[in-house]
This record gives sequence, structure tokens and C-alpha cells, in this order.
Amino acid sequence: MTGESALRFSGLGKRYGRRAWALRDCTLDLPQGNVIGLVGANGAGKTTLLQLAIGLLEPTEGTVSMFGRPLRMDSPAGLAEVGFVAQDHPLYRGFSVADMLRYGRSMNPRFDQAGAEHRLRELNIPTEHRADRLSGGQQAQVALTLALAKQPRLLVLDEPVASLDPLARREFMKTLVEAVAETDLTVLLSSHVVTELERVCDHLVLLHQGRVRLAGDIDELLAGHRILTGPRCDDTAGIDGLVAATHGTRHSHLLVRQPADVPAHPRWEANPVGLEDVVLAYLARTDTEPPRPASAPPPEPAEPGRRLSIVTDRSADERQA
Amino acid sequence: MFAFRLDSRSGVPTYLQLVEQVRRGLLLGYLVDGEQLPTVREVAAALVVNPNTVAKAYRELERAGLAAPRAGQGTFVIGNDDQVPHGVHVKLAARLRAWVRSAHEAGLAPEQVRALVTTVLDDENTAARTEAA
Repeated sequence: MTGESALRFSGLGKRYGRRAWALRDCTLDLPQGNVIGLVGANGAGKTTLLQLAIGLLEPTEGTVSMFGRPLRMDSPAGLAEVGFVAQDHPLYRGFSVADMLRYGRSMNPRFDQAGAEHRLRELNIPTEHRADRLSGGQQAQVALTLALAKQPRLLVLDEPVASLDPLARREFMKTLVEAVAETDLTVLLSSHVVTELERVCDHLVLLHQGRVRLAGDIDELLAGHRILTGPRCDDTAGIDGLVAATHGTRHSHLLVRQPADVPAHPRWEANPVGLEDVVLAYLARTDTEPPRPASAPPPEPAEPGRRLSIVTDRSADERQA
Repeated sequence: MFAFRLDSRSGVPTYLQLVEQVRRGLLLGYLVDGEQLPTVREVAAALVVNPNTVAKAYRELERAGLAAPRAGQGTFVIGNDDQVPHGVHVKLAARLRAWVRSAHEAGLAPEQVRALVTTVLDDENTAARTEAA
């Protein structure tokens, strides 16, 4: 069930050699039974975080615990709890699907061979075919089927659908949600396709430049953010929870992090905001401090017409246009 | 079996869309009292959404008294007596559609149509109340 933590990171950081930190100050609690989406630009640290989470990498600092115990991937018991599908779902190209099932069974004590064969039959994937003769979508499904057959408590997927066409993506995600519905599986998956995550995930972690900028239950995150539209407000420094501002000549849109039950000032019209807009706004920020959730509504907007030297990129573009 | 659908651009959270469809289905006669809803797994697979979201929608339906679980069987809808028979709804919808079209032709904006409908509904309600008193 949900509620307890599947993964807990505290002060986690990773540095490759003497280069810049790939990940820093990562403290997170990921709830059990959830599907957790990890988003961020390329190079944001997604793969590093996933590999730290399952012990494929040693952290430079900080700790990871899985299901309440320190991560131990050097023991068979620890390994048995995790399924992992790496980017581009690599398979043994010369192996037939049946070979891979046989290999999987001999390497994993709890391998559900019958379940895997049943799933592949449903997907019309011929088990006598060699991996390199399968389509990209089929290869992804075989990799997912093998990982699920292990009956892990935690399944980690690195960009599982990035290389797939829309239909294959949908089929892959369908297999995944069915597995989640049938078992008590926790899934951690990375992607940069936000629309995909909105449907399938219930928890989101946003990484930007090696740091966690936003994390939480998606419904709560959406309820905690809104767009305020009102007379142009250039002096946004005093606005609590401001994430992003765009300005027209006479009006402004402010994306703010505020509890939904706090009423906005009557001069602001408050509207709900979609997950994609929230994610993009956080990814566009250049500072390192995430905005604190505001406790108070923003101040009354300044008189329109006041100019300020700092404008957002978008309004600068508008003026040039 | 009741078929759910999702509008990913509506901005309405998925679980609320599911709740709203059951509510509507009951009002319009697409769902009847005692009918079984698809299982969480079936809905999750059909829409490719998170099963927890479907479970949340079903909990919300139970809270609103629109559905009830039966142990080991699934979730069943609870109908109300003032349900509109399906034929009546179709007939009324056709007439309403014709009326809306004529309102558009008369130059009314959707906002104005809505305002007009609200006004008439309010008037009718007031009239009904005065009659009852």
C-alpha cells in the first residue's frame, strides 16, 4: 500500500572524478505503491539519480535506503527486490526471446516464467525470434516483461519510451499500468515527455542542473500552483511563491505556488495550471532556490505603467516583435 | 460495460473526469442502478492511466454515494429515482440543440446563451416556489 517509503534519499550527491557535481543535496521520500516520474532536461542528473537509487553507482555523499533498509545491492536479497530497464532497453541481440526467459529463470529465484510467457503471447511477440529481429516496441516490451517476471517490489525505468512511436509508447505504458494494478509495485521512471507522465504517474520529481527543484504528489502539486492574471505588476520581488512571470503591456501572468484555499486578491483572476506549464516554468528558472510555498496572497499589484529593468525573456521578445 | 474516456487537454484532474462521467452517465441513463463499473485494472489499461488514480475516483464515487463496493465482486453504481429515461434525454437534447443553433444565428455568444439559460432556470424555480407556497 501507499504511505510508507519505497526509497529515501538523504543528502545524496554524486560527482564523477573531479568534474562538476552531477547531483547534489538530494533529499527525497518516494512513497511505496506509487508510479513516480522523474523529469528534467538532458544532463539534469536523471540517470545518475536512478543508478544511485538501485546501487549501480556509489554516492559521493549521502545515503539511500530502500523499503526502510540501507541499500544493499551486494546481496541477492537486495537484488531480487529491484527490476531495472536501462535506456534503450538493451537485450542480448543474438538471444531468442525464449533464451532470455530461460536465462532470466536461472538467474532469478522468483522468476515468473508462466506469467512472462502469457504476457508475450498477449502481445503477439514470437518467443522463437531473436532480439535483433524484433521491432523497437517489441524489444521494449520484452525488456519490461523480463523485468516484471522478476517480481520486483521496485521497478526502475530509464527513459523507457523515448525511442518508441506513439502506438508502441501506449502499449508499453499499458503493460506497465496493468502490472501496477495487479501488484504492489513501486515504479520510478524518467522521461522528458511530460504529457506521458501526467496520466501514468502519481508522484513527480523534477531535477534541474543536478538538484531537485520540485517533488510531490501530482494532484497536490497542481492544486498548489495557479496562474494569476491582473494589471501589469513589474515589482514581483515581494510576491511569495512566485515561480514565473510573463508580462504584456498592461497585464501580467504570474505562476505562483500557493495553497489552493488561500484566496487571491480580487484584482487577480486565479486559474488552474497544467502539469506541463508547471514543469516548464521550473525548468526555465536559473536560480538554485526553489520558491517557498506562499503563506499569504500576493500584494495588491502596483499601478500599471511602472517599468522595471528586469523583464522576462518572453516580454523582451514581444517588444522586439 | 461503461466506457470511460479522458480529455487530456481539459485541465481537469483525471480522477475528477472519471467521477464526472459516472455522475453524468447516471443523469443521462447511460448507467443504471446496480450496474457494475469496470474494475480498476480494466479502466487503467483501457485509458493507460495510473491505477491509483482510478481507485481514487472510485473512492470519491463511494463518498458521494454514487457507487458502492461489493466484497470480492467489484464496484456497483447506485442510481437515483429522478433519472431521466434515455429516450426523453435524446428528444430534449435534439430540441435544445436546435434552440442553441437559432440562438447562435441570432448572434448570441456562448456566454450570453449561458446567461439566458441561467436566467430562465432561475425564473422557473422562483415561479415553482411561489406556486408551492
